[in-house]
Amino acid sequence: MAADDPIEPSSADGGAAPRRTRVVLGEAAARRRPADRARADLAEQTPVGEALVKGLVRAQLALALRLALVVVIALGALPLLFAVAPGVAGVKVLGVYLPWLLLGLLSFPFLIGVGWAYVRWAERNEQDFIALIRRPEQ
Amino acid sequence: MNPYLVPGLIVVILVTVGIGVYGLRFARTTSDFLVASRSVSPAWNAAAISGEYLSAASFLGVAGLILRYGVDVLWYPVGFAAGYLALLLFVAAPLRRSGAFTLPDFCQVRLGSPLLRGLASVFVVFIGCLYLVPQLQGAGLTFTTVTGGSYAWGALLVGVVVTANVALGGMRAITFVQAFQYWLKLTALAVPVIFLALQWQSDGRPPVTPEAGATFQVATTVVIEQDATVDGIPVEKGQQLTFAAGDPVPPVSTVDARFSADWLLPGDDGTLFATYSLILATFLGTMGLPHVLVRFYTNPDGASARRTTLVVLGLVGTFYLLPTLYGVLGRIYTPQLLMTGRTDAVVLLLPEAALGGGHLGRLLGALVTAGALAAFLSTSSGLLTSVAGVVFTDVLRAGRSGSIRDFRLATVLAACLPVLLSLYVSNMDVSRVVGLAFAVAASSFCPLLVLGIWWRRLTDVGAIAGVLAGGGASMAAVLITVLGPPLHGWPADAVGQPAAWTVPLAFLVMVVGSLLTSRRVPADVGATMLRLHAPEALRV
Repeated sequence: MAADDPIEPSSADGGAAPRRTRVVLGEAAARRRPADRARADLAEQTPVGEALVKGLVRAQLALALRLALVVVIALGALPLLFAVAPGVAGVKVLGVYLPWLLLGLLSFPFLIGVGWAYVRWAERNEQDFIALIRRPEQ
Repeated sequence: MNPYLVPGLIVVILVTVGIGVYGLRFARTTSDFLVASRSVSPAWNAAAISGEYLSAASFLGVAGLILRYGVDVLWYPVGFAAGYLALLLFVAAPLRRSGAFTLPDFCQVRLGSPLLRGLASVFVVFIGCLYLVPQLQGAGLTFTTVTGGSYAWGALLVGVVVTANVALGGMRAITFVQAFQYWLKLTALAVPVIFLALQWQSDGRPPVTPEAGATFQVATTVVIEQDATVDGIPVEKGQQLTFAAGDPVPPVSTVDARFSADWLLPGDDGTLFATYSLILATFLGTMGLPHVLVRFYTNPDGASARRTTLVVLGLVGTFYLLPTLYGVLGRIYTPQLLMTGRTDAVVLLLPEAALGGGHLGRLLGALVTAGALAAFLSTSSGLLTSVAGVVFTDVLRAGRSGSIRDFRLATVLAACLPVLLSLYVSNMDVSRVVGLAFAVAASSFCPLLVLGIWWRRLTDVGAIAGVLAGGGASMAAVLITVLGPPLHGWPADAVGQPAAWTVPLAFLVMVVGSLLTSRRVPADVGATMLRLHAPEALRV
């Protein structure tokens, strides 16, 4: 039994409300994947299917690593910069020392911006993958 | 005592229990208790995750550390927020698609090893307890600060309320409780800060660091509670010192803090290792916290897990703008905390200290205290739910036949140890203990999750070796820090902030161990990878 299998049928009115599904904790570990044709095809298409999935994983990982590198370079270099060039830390912008401004204020919008870019591009990668899988059927 | 305080705290507890009881009407099955039947909308879910995450460490501890150490500790809030970015980039969607509920479940799904599952359970319980302790500690501190009562009663009171709430309502109710508590916490810091900033303006913008260091705003009398050296002069217990307005705050030998104007500037090279260690622990530790992960299973699919995480990043980032302001203003209005060392109380004391004992100051003081209470309640509820979930499944072995009564028993079992521990470690910085929990999570679950999700050649033997090496080393460092003797020199840095060496160690051992046992790669790794990464649209 899978977590997504509806056990309790949705309400008779067609269910505008989200369907309640029943999941049982101990079974998450023991259960097998459901026999699902589309997925089984993809899983059993030996070299081709495998290559497709590897391509998707590689694309998503490359995206995540690239954005992580952006954060590591932008934020991770700051302690070193302040230690190597103490003059930079003493610069005042609008009456506030630069480290306070960078860490206390600007780092948060920066992190959100990187996250927003990731969600956008990761979803595009997935759509490309879906298009690739579905093309032969059309 | 502040007359608005008791009504404010009673309202928070009543609303929390009220929403919990309301949620009980919907909680019928075990799954309702553990993952809210996966029918929670992303907006609710994101507010609930943020509400659960913003703990006593964020609400009280960060401002206290900034008051004490200055700009160097701004890495705590930045790291606490950046942890969600790491979670978003490497873990959120695949983890949701794995269909597991808890970290031990993920181990079973990905590597099928009961031994690894057991090991993961041990770490969930350890991290959960380690993280619960500072919450109860913060509760005890708040209780002492605002009522003058004993520390132990405050810790016990919050412990009992949380245990009852989790045992009665489970997670379904917790989702709504925590969403409410996020907004309460944000309001409780944001509204007073507006008045504090106006007060600072009307006081003629007193400088944060006067030439002579921090100074007393008003005449202050201090009673010495233990033998120490104040400004180089020995003082004895029971002695009274009086300071006039404008006098500098003297350094006290028993309190570690930065007093002069260098508070505004980053520390010298000596702190570089500790800073990077902290960055590594907080950036990578968030994904390994048990109460954070369990929330992701309540998303309907991988894409919504990603969007939820992004909203969480926004909510948490907004919140973390505020504690910094409290720390800075505390330097002006509550400098006596630098003498007593109780800097964690700065958020609670600042409104009355800056705005005076009138109605406005007291009202805002009560609001802040209510927010602090919400912080302990929400984080400890979430932690307790996830620790109880693991105890329920892996210790009581209550699988299919597990009843709600067993879950309640698991909750009570899981609550005992942290409550006892919190009575024992009353004098540690709240944020420091939390930092240690992050270090253990970053050195055990982070490599397991990241390699498990992205690297096909991970084997069960490699994973077990890596978790034992990295997690074991950081666990030992935590135990030495909390229970052992004080250390000096480089061992103090390496043990006090272990992440900089334990995280790379865990990754290294895991990769080498897996490569050496490459024949043990699970046969169904291709299917598992497909399940983790393929969009749900392909499954129908």
